[in-house]
Amino acid sequence: MATEIISGPTLVTATINGDVTTFKCEPRDSLLDVLRETLQLTGAKEGCNNGNCGACNVILDGTLVNSCCVLAVEARGGEITTIEGVATPEGLHPIQVAFLENAALQCGVCTPGFIISSKALLETNPNPTEHEIRFWLAGNLCRCTGYDKIVRAVQDAAVRMQEA
Amino acid sequence: MTTRSLDLIKSGDFNVIGKRPVRHDGVDKVTGRAAYGADISLPGMLHAKVLRSPHAHATIVSIDTSRAAALSGVHAVITYKDLPEPSEGITELNESGVQATYYKAYNMLAREKALYDGHAIAAVAAIDPHIAEEAVRLIDVEYELHPPVMDCQQAIGPDAILVLPDIYTDTEGEVDDKPSNVTTHIIFEEGDLEKGFAGADVVVESEYNTATVHQGYIETHNATARWHEDESLEIWCSSQGQFGIRQELSDLLQMPISKINVTPMEIGGGFGGKTTVYLEILAALLSRKTDRPVKMTMTRAEVLRGTGPTPGTWEKVKIGATNDGRITAAHVTLYFEAGGVPGSPLGAGAMTALGPYSLKNFRVDGYEVLVNKPHSHAYRAPGATMSEYAVETAVDEICEKIGMDPMEFRLLNASKEGDLRVDGPPLLLVGNIECLENIKNSDHWQTPLEQPKEPHLKRGRGLASGFWMNGGGKSSAQGRVNPDGTVTLVEGSVDIGGTRTSVAMQMAEVLGIPIEDIIPIVPDTDSVNFTGVTGGSRVTYATGYAAFEAAHEIVRQMADGVADIWEVDRQDVEFEDGKFSSNGKAATFKEAAELLDEEEIGILGTASVSPSRAGNTFTVQVADIEVDIETGKVQVLRYTGTQDAGIAIYPPYVEGQLQGGIVQGIGWALNEEYFYDGEGHLRNASLLDYRMPTSLDLPMIDAIITEVPNPGHPYGVRGVGEASIISPPAVIANAIYDAVGVRMRDLPMSPPRVQKAISENGGA
Repeated sequence: MATEIISGPTLVTATINGDVTTFKCEPRDSLLDVLRETLQLTGAKEGCNNGNCGACNVILDGTLVNSCCVLAVEARGGEITTIEGVATPEGLHPIQVAFLENAALQCGVCTPGFIISSKALLETNPNPTEHEIRFWLAGNLCRCTGYDKIVRAVQDAAVRMQEA
Repeated sequence: MTTRSLDLIKSGDFNVIGKRPVRHDGVDKVTGRAAYGADISLPGMLHAKVLRSPHAHATIVSIDTSRAAALSGVHAVITYKDLPEPSEGITELNESGVQATYYKAYNMLAREKALYDGHAIAAVAAIDPHIAEEAVRLIDVEYELHPPVMDCQQAIGPDAILVLPDIYTDTEGEVDDKPSNVTTHIIFEEGDLEKGFAGADVVVESEYNTATVHQGYIETHNATARWHEDESLEIWCSSQGQFGIRQELSDLLQMPISKINVTPMEIGGGFGGKTTVYLEILAALLSRKTDRPVKMTMTRAEVLRGTGPTPGTWEKVKIGATNDGRITAAHVTLYFEAGGVPGSPLGAGAMTALGPYSLKNFRVDGYEVLVNKPHSHAYRAPGATMSEYAVETAVDEICEKIGMDPMEFRLLNASKEGDLRVDGPPLLLVGNIECLENIKNSDHWQTPLEQPKEPHLKRGRGLASGFWMNGGGKSSAQGRVNPDGTVTLVEGSVDIGGTRTSVAMQMAEVLGIPIEDIIPIVPDTDSVNFTGVTGGSRVTYATGYAAFEAAHEIVRQMADGVADIWEVDRQDVEFEDGKFSSNGKAATFKEAAELLDEEEIGILGTASVSPSRAGNTFTVQVADIEVDIETGKVQVLRYTGTQDAGIAIYPPYVEGQLQGGIVQGIGWALNEEYFYDGEGHLRNASLLDYRMPTSLDLPMIDAIITEVPNPGHPYGVRGVGEASIISPPAVIANAIYDAVGVRMRDLPMSPPRVQKAISENGGA
């Protein structure tokens, strides 16, 4: 694979929540910086900026990533789903409904990350065990709920998605 | 009206209270639309960064900002010299009491000395955060280093180095004439301690240490300021109390509160750590200097190094009891780290230490001690987790020595209505015994613990109680009736976890309308009357009380209006179950709202209350754990906790408070601690190394709500936000003892400590 050197302000085109989007960034900018500051998609949150908390999680080309640990230039040509792209004009996603119905959020700042992580889980493993849910969500920190209601919400979402 | 509510409590016949509606702000929070402090962006905004001391204890010889100021893109640099000379007064610190404004200012920007690793020295505003960061590195500070003072024992030694030069110990109003690192010595005592211990068959006496820990909210601190030409100031920030932020800024900047408007953004957790200014003051000074809006956010490392963790402690507990299980005397001695400047949650720790027990002879000594760590702050039931961990471990030891079941011992000695708290006031109706009985009757307590087959794994069960006071104080709410029969509820309490709904439910209950017909709003300080901090478990209690009163004011105004329209006597208009009626005429709340609107009668019910009978609360918790005796790792297998909620207004979020507090307590018990090296540098300032529990570390947390109505609230509410965190360290320490026979007297009970304790004990 040929090495490409990128320096200075760079134009990047990616598909974000279904929209082909071109943005300008510096090579040092993280995908999180660009989403939040350049594109005003502030649903992804910065809790640590080094991949420990999961509050900035997005799905990039089908893979769950910490957007704080991805350079924006790496997203070139990629397909990105952020929390803003989870609900549709038809309504909330079953995971979002399950989080609301199960009271699976308190302060809510980690919630976008948990919903994105849960979506990535349930799209690959539609019927996870409690242990599989806990293992998958171990990269998302929540300090308010003690995780109990979040795990139950993901279990509930799995049922809702299979019924849908 | 209040009497009718008490009748309702007894019948349990509520329309809205006790139900499980979806919270009003829920959709915004699951879609990423909710605007937190860091999500704000203003036209022409600058970004600012902070220079922090790399040294734990150092005299600041000089600060040269010229190279930073000269960098292209930099608009201003500030140091402590940009702050007005601090006044002699005191600043209210929301739930953490008061602090001399001088030391508040000192903590904001270091003056003569840097007092801890991470102490703010200077701040730079620039056109983007990267330039601001680069400029911070161009500030030249000359330091003269001193040996750091890193724990209480070191700080109180005879030749201890002084953290501050002019602190004299205040013992209940008597001030020492020799400077010391001990700022205060508080004493609570009653009865005859000597006689009490003499009458004991068994006395246990031990020392305990707990690590400095952080609240660990996922959202880092942030603030945006805009200074106006008319010398007024706007602030947007994530805080537990917008009015406290306004007061502190007014004290520090020496300007009238009417010139400051604080907008509380959505807040990503606080747990007592977001009740004070850090960045707000710096952003304000920089905005004044640059004539531009200035935004600041902390990195995670800055949060851990530069905000207020809760104190590390050194504690001594001595308890005596008779062979038939009566406590005869208790003496608790607490040393709490204040950090680099005075102020800590010592008082609450001392007041709650012995809370679960009915005692005749006791004494609690509390010492607050300066050390070269960040200025300590409240953390959920501030102070109580540390003091009750030591006491509840000692109680377990007593039970073992006299061969009594720890549940029966607690039931026998339980504090109850009429008993005096250690700080004086008598307990009102409380649910200590009911909480114990709910755990005693739980499936968990009734199910015997089974041992695993693997020889290196040992299981144990632990029990502990917790006591917390809860807070009242001033809260405000106003309800505006809309023409369509909905009500816009404007309330002063920042919503940190579902209180928009728990407050709105109390208004809906009075008005007899569905919860969806209330539209709760938490506005800026200019738009609602003063309301205290979201802390002290006070919001559903006090702001709920205000919403209750505002709702009754709405009913009175609407009844007046309806009487006029119907041309009947006012006293003939009745309001029941959401309906106005008089002599055969009737209108639902919605119909009445439409009727009044047609007649152009506006309805605005407002209330500011300051209820003082918050209702003390108890928690009782049980855990089953498994110790790997080879590695010392402790796994929590099963956990059940209960708390007295008075009446649970919004049960899913009461359970959530219990579960969340318990898991924070588990983290405190097993993993979390500030690691300092010999020079006083914090070595684990990241969320990888400051290890908070993840979903994989935990089982489900069973929450049982105990309901003993609080006579000090019209719907019987007790606060539920804090007590749950108190018990886990003692629960788990007692479970470890049950599993492997070692008493863990230091937190956290991390694998190396547990493994060492087991091997020193000659194995499990």
